[in-house]
Amino acid sequence: MILPLTLDRLAFAAGGRTIIPPLSLEIGAGAATVILGANGAGKSVLMRLMHGLLRPTGGRITWSESDEARIRRQQAMVFQRPVMLRRSALANVVYALKLANAPAREREARALDSLKEVGLLPIAHRPARVLSGGEQQRLALARAWALHPEVLFLDEPTASLDPSATREIENIIKAFDASGTKIVMATHNLGQARRLGDEVLFLHQGRLVERTPVDRFFKEPSSAEAAAFIKGELPWV
Amino acid sequence: MGMTRRSLFALLLALSAFAAAAQEKFITVSSTTSTEQSGLFKHLLPAFTAKTGIQVRVVAVGTGQALDIGRRGDADVVFVHAKPLEEKFLAEGNGVRRFDVMYNDFVLIGPKADPAKVAGTKDIVAALKKIKDAQAPFVSRGDKSGTHFAELELWKAAAIDVAGKDKGAWYRDTGQGMGPALNSAAGMNAYILSDRGTWLSFKNRADLVISVEGDRRLFNQYGIMLVNPAKHPQVKKEMGQSFVDWVISPEGQKAIADYKINGEQLFFPNAK
Amino acid sequence: MESVSQALAGALGLIASWDAQLAGIVALSLTVSLSAVFCATLLALPLGAAVAVARFPGRRALIVLLNALMGLPPVVVGLVVYLLLSRAGPLGPLGILFTPAAMVFAQTVLILPLIAALCRQAVEDAWMEYEEQLRSLGANGMRAALTLVWDIRFSLLTAVLAGLGRASAEVGAVIMVGGNIDGVTRVMTTTIALETSKGDLPLALSLGIVLILLVLVLNAAAYLVKEAAQRRYG
Repeated sequence: MILPLTLDRLAFAAGGRTIIPPLSLEIGAGAATVILGANGAGKSVLMRLMHGLLRPTGGRITWSESDEARIRRQQAMVFQRPVMLRRSALANVVYALKLANAPAREREARALDSLKEVGLLPIAHRPARVLSGGEQQRLALARAWALHPEVLFLDEPTASLDPSATREIENIIKAFDASGTKIVMATHNLGQARRLGDEVLFLHQGRLVERTPVDRFFKEPSSAEAAAFIKGELPWV
Repeated sequence: MGMTRRSLFALLLALSAFAAAAQEKFITVSSTTSTEQSGLFKHLLPAFTAKTGIQVRVVAVGTGQALDIGRRGDADVVFVHAKPLEEKFLAEGNGVRRFDVMYNDFVLIGPKADPAKVAGTKDIVAALKKIKDAQAPFVSRGDKSGTHFAELELWKAAAIDVAGKDKGAWYRDTGQGMGPALNSAAGMNAYILSDRGTWLSFKNRADLVISVEGDRRLFNQYGIMLVNPAKHPQVKKEMGQSFVDWVISPEGQKAIADYKINGEQLFFPNAK
Repeated sequence: MESVSQALAGALGLIASWDAQLAGIVALSLTVSLSAVFCATLLALPLGAAVAVARFPGRRALIVLLNALMGLPPVVVGLVVYLLLSRAGPLGPLGILFTPAAMVFAQTVLILPLIAALCRQAVEDAWMEYEEQLRSLGANGMRAALTLVWDIRFSLLTAVLAGLGRASAEVGAVIMVGGNIDGVTRVMTTTIALETSKGDLPLALSLGIVLILLVLVLNAAAYLVKEAAQRRYG
């Protein structure tokens, strides 16, 4: 198990600006964590720090595992815009399995299983780059599913999709959650946060202002910034 | 990575094909551009190859470069026409022995209009003096070739210092081979010293004709040498020697004499 | 300019008659240049991609150097390679001077920086799109670089064609290391130089046109392959 993840006075600055002032928190298994905040609050940066795409300029990130390779392999990330290789959908998933050192004999079978899981089996051999936005995002999730990661990071996964594609993606995320994968997701879509999240991490100007179970967050946020944020996003509430 | 391994294999195959092709019997002879452009080799070499099965590969460059190739051991035989330079080559231990092979002659080419009034004279030195006095345009190869060397000797004989006190816009030092220099002379309507062979094959004559010929001082002696295997062990000494021997043999000498352009003999064999 | 129409007619005549000697010269030109492109591409693509993706001290200086070497003068490359391959030189024992192998070697050296520099630029542009996703999946360094090279292979075709163009057009390098030996190391460009120096300008021009047509055909073929593949793979 690589969880829990401990952030110890984690800080990040770039271009002379402090983007994340020292932040400490622990992320444990189980509850689906949704990160909320205004644009520029630092959600994407925080996730990239946790996933290891950015190196902190201060503080430490510690997983409950010392083996670097295991730490990497037990995580996957899905970005707002999926990036696919110029190969078939199936080949893209096989590529991810190859990088994860899955035994060669198993790769195609596992890839086909993942595609089936997300409903993309019929187009397994189509070039990934000609698929629609929603299909490519499903493919990105299939790619992550094949790896059976312990933690799945999602950075605004449905921001570029229409409502029906969004619903499909949410169903897959729910399936991940049900299978025991830890979800850490940044989103702007508050309805989505309610549907998929168990707890909310609310960021304001890089600081963790509030950490609350999702229902209580929307009914009675404990911080003024969160209240203002919710009112701003949902003025009728 | 399957792709890289396959590509490396293909590369090795190609390289070995090149190497295999290199196994055929051949010698490398460094000679001059004027000799090759006269067409002599195309006529002469097949006879040698037919007799011995040895392919002769001629690298044709300027005399200076031809001797340098021999000096480095990159050729087996050197076949040029600049006796002083050849004797220096021998003295430095780069060659085994020098043999006279043949001579051809230089001709003074000039514009039909003949501004220096030298056409028809048999005295090359007098003609050069007239050209300088008339300041008529003259193109020099300036490339340390055998022809260039011969030209400089003639200016010396005429007591004209083209690099020093007699320098002027009339004397154009172009630093090129015989063909390109003739092209320049045709373009400038200038006088130029050329070997007869290149002139006979030259197609871009414009208004140029032969102005002076026949002076003994215009004769151009060719020599052949085997590159010294003691200094360069990889020299193909048996095959190289057989070529040298054939060229100076009665058979080779006859082949040289038989080479004609438009019925005119170009080279006069004089091996002893 | 009557010599141009004369040359065009001459070029068509050459192609129509297609004698064995011309065929040999064309075949050698293609073999040498295509071999050089093959070798150079094999080395240049990983090199360019590695420089695009890696971060190390002196990286910017290396990029400037690669870009500058795109303009290496062929005659200088010819001279340097000649000195290397000469019996008196360090690689003399290879014994490949004055053979087609030496010509391939020289042209490979000449076009390697060109293909590497263009590849680096293309991969660096693509890296901006792919970096996060590839690193997230665990592809690092050389692995990521080579994945990118394969993914943008159709764009890289242009870099390879630039190398082919440069190789088939140059004369300075091949004439020095090949020696322009009749029937052995004589290619189209050196033949054109030779015929020009002999004063046979119409023939030289005709050969030049044949050479240009050849390169045109190769480029057209490459373009069609690229288009078809792009339609298939997106």
